[in-house]
Amino acid sequence: MSVGRYGEFGGRYIPETLMSELHALTSAYERFRTDAQFNAELEALLHDYAGRPSRLYHAERMSAQLGGPQIWLKREDLNHTGSHKINNVLGQCLLAKRMGKTRVIAETGAGQHGVATATAAALLGLECEVFMGLEDVHRQSLNVYRMELLGAEVHTVNTGTQTLKDAVNDAMREWAGRVHDTLYVLGSVMGPHPFPMMVRDFQAVIGREIRAQLAGAVGDVAALPAAVVACVGGGSNAIGAFYEFIPHEQVRLIGCEAAGRGVDTEQHAATIAKGSVGVFHGMKSLFCQDGDGQIAPVYSISAGLDYPGIGPEHAWLHSIGRAQYVPVTDDEAVAAFEYLARSEGIICAIESAHAVAHVLRIAHEFSGNEHVVINLSGRGDKDVAAIARYRGRFISE
Amino acid sequence: MNDIAKAFSGGASKAFIAFVTAGDPSLSASESFILDLVAGGADLIEIGIPFSDPIAEGPVIQAANVRALAAGATVSKAFELARRVHEKVATPLVFLTYLNPVFHYGYQAFCERCAAVGVSGLIIPDMPFEEQGELKDIAAQCGVAIITLLAPTSVERIKTIAKNAVGFCYLVSSMGVTGVRSEITTDLETLITEIKKHTDTPVAVGFGIHSPKQARELGRYADAVIVGSQIVSLIAEHGATAGPVLREYVATMKAALSECD
Repeated sequence: MSVGRYGEFGGRYIPETLMSELHALTSAYERFRTDAQFNAELEALLHDYAGRPSRLYHAERMSAQLGGPQIWLKREDLNHTGSHKINNVLGQCLLAKRMGKTRVIAETGAGQHGVATATAAALLGLECEVFMGLEDVHRQSLNVYRMELLGAEVHTVNTGTQTLKDAVNDAMREWAGRVHDTLYVLGSVMGPHPFPMMVRDFQAVIGREIRAQLAGAVGDVAALPAAVVACVGGGSNAIGAFYEFIPHEQVRLIGCEAAGRGVDTEQHAATIAKGSVGVFHGMKSLFCQDGDGQIAPVYSISAGLDYPGIGPEHAWLHSIGRAQYVPVTDDEAVAAFEYLARSEGIICAIESAHAVAHVLRIAHEFSGNEHVVINLSGRGDKDVAAIARYRGRFISE
Repeated sequence: MNDIAKAFSGGASKAFIAFVTAGDPSLSASESFILDLVAGGADLIEIGIPFSDPIAEGPVIQAANVRALAAGATVSKAFELARRVHEKVATPLVFLTYLNPVFHYGYQAFCERCAAVGVSGLIIPDMPFEEQGELKDIAAQCGVAIITLLAPTSVERIKTIAKNAVGFCYLVSSMGVTGVRSEITTDLETLITEIKKHTDTPVAVGFGIHSPKQARELGRYADAVIVGSQIVSLIAEHGATAGPVLREYVATMKAALSECD
C-alpha cells in the first residue's frame, strides 16, 4: 500500500493551504517516531503522568453472570483525564514542541479529547484552543468548564449539525489560517495522512499492553484473546486496542458503532452499517451521506460517537473482513452502562458502554477458557446526568 | 481553444472571475444573477455547487451553501443551471465544489455531464495536487480542466503544480478561508513571478478580494482576480433586486482591472 493509504481508503484530501504543513508534519513524525530521546520522554509522561500501563481487570462477576468467556476490561478510564485520549495528545503535543509550535488546537465531541488536549497543553506550556459544537457544549457542559480551568479557550461551533463533524470543520478552517505556530491535534484516527497513522501509533500502546497483561495473567506467553471489542466513532480507541492483534487472525476484532435510535431510523451514526464510500475531512473512507454526496446529520446519545465517518484503516479492515463492525442502539448502550455499574462497580463512558452491550449479546458464543477483552475507553462521570435524563430523572450537575 | 482560455484573451484588460453559489436564493435567481455578472463584464463564471461542509469557506459562503441546500439545490439542478446559462451566453463556466459530491456522482458521469452542459473546468478545494490523479485523466478526456490551487505556503510545491496546471492557476491570496479581507499581506508579486517561471497557464488570484483598489494592484501582475464572498454578500443583502447592483459592481471592478497597465 502507498503511504497514507489503507487499500483504497485514506489519502490527503485537504486544501492546498495545508499541504506544505502536512508534509512538514509527516517528516517531523517520521523523524521523531524512531528518536530514542523523544520516545523516552513520551514513555516517561505516559507512565508518570498519565498512569500507564492501565490495568487489565478480570471482570469475574460479569464472566460468571454471563456464563461465557472470561471477560477482561482494559481500564483506559483510569488514565489521567479519564480516557484513552491522553495517549495521543501527549504524543502529538510533544511533537508540536519539537516542531517549534507554541499553540495547539483541537476538536472535541464528548469533551474527552478537548480536556486531554487542554491538559497536555497546560503540562507542556502550549496555548490551547478547542472547537466544540453547540449541542455538545450543552450536553457536556462540565467538560467545557474543565477545559477552561486548564487554561484552554473553548470556541462554540454553531454551524451545521453543531456537533463533532462541525467542530472538525472549524478546527481545520482555523488551522488553514494559522499554521506557522500551530499544530492541529486531531483526536481520532481520521483526517488526512499522517493523522490516521500517527494517532494509531500513539494509541497502539493499548493493544500492546493488553497482550502482555493477558499473557502475564494466564501464565502463558503465547496467550491471545479470542476477541477484542471496542466502541468506534472515528475509531482511535478501537484501532489502539486492535492494532497489535491484526496479524493474529484467530483474534476476533469487533468495533461497536452507534446505532442511536436504530439503523432503520434516520437517527443513528452507524457509518459501516449504513454509510458508503466518500471523501470528507481529508480522507477517503465510509461516510453517512445522502444521494447527492451531502454529509448526513447523524445522531447518538454518545457525543463521542456522534460522527458521520470512520477512520480509513477501519474502513479497510472492514472491507477485507479482518474486523467486524456492529451497530449498538442507545437503549442497549444505556442498559449496558447500568449493568456494568451494578455488576462490577464501574461507571464507564456511554461510548464504551456500546462495546459492553455487544459483549452482553455475544458472550454465549464463547467458552469458559476463552478470553474476551473490552476496551473501556473512558469513565462515565460526564454521562451521569444524561443517563439520568434518559431514564426520566432530572438532576443538576 | 478550451473555453477557459477565452476568459484570458482580453488583451490589455485583466480578467474578472465571478463566483455565485448555485441556488442561493433559488436556481432561477442564480441564473439571472449570472447573466447580470456577464453583462457587467465578467470574463468567467464560477458556479458553486453547494456542499454541506465547505471547509475552505468563510462564514459568508458557508451561509450561502446553507441557504442553497435549504432551498433545494442539488448537483443535478446545478448542471441544469449551467446548461441554461451556457445556452444564453458564451462566457466560460467552471464549477467550484468539494470532492464528495463529484465522487458520489461518479467521476466519469460527472465529467461527461460537465462537457454536455458547457462546463469547462472544475475547482475542487479539497483535492490537492497529490490526489488529482484519480480524476484528472477522466476529466481531460471529457475536455474538462481540473483547476489546481496554489497557496502562500506552496513554496516548494509551486514548480510541480504549475508545470501541470491546466485552465488557470487559482492562487489563494492569503492563509485561511474565503472571505473579504481589508488587507492582503502576502507577497503575491513574487509568488506569481515564481509560478510564471514554470507555466504559461494564466494565474488568477482569489480569497479576500473585493475592492477596485485591490483589483488595480493585483492586475499589475496577475492575469485575473476572483471575487466570491463580496458577490455572495451583495446577493444576500439585496435578494431578488441584486441584479443591477451586481452589474454595476462588476463593471467597476473591470474598469479598475483595465487601469493596471
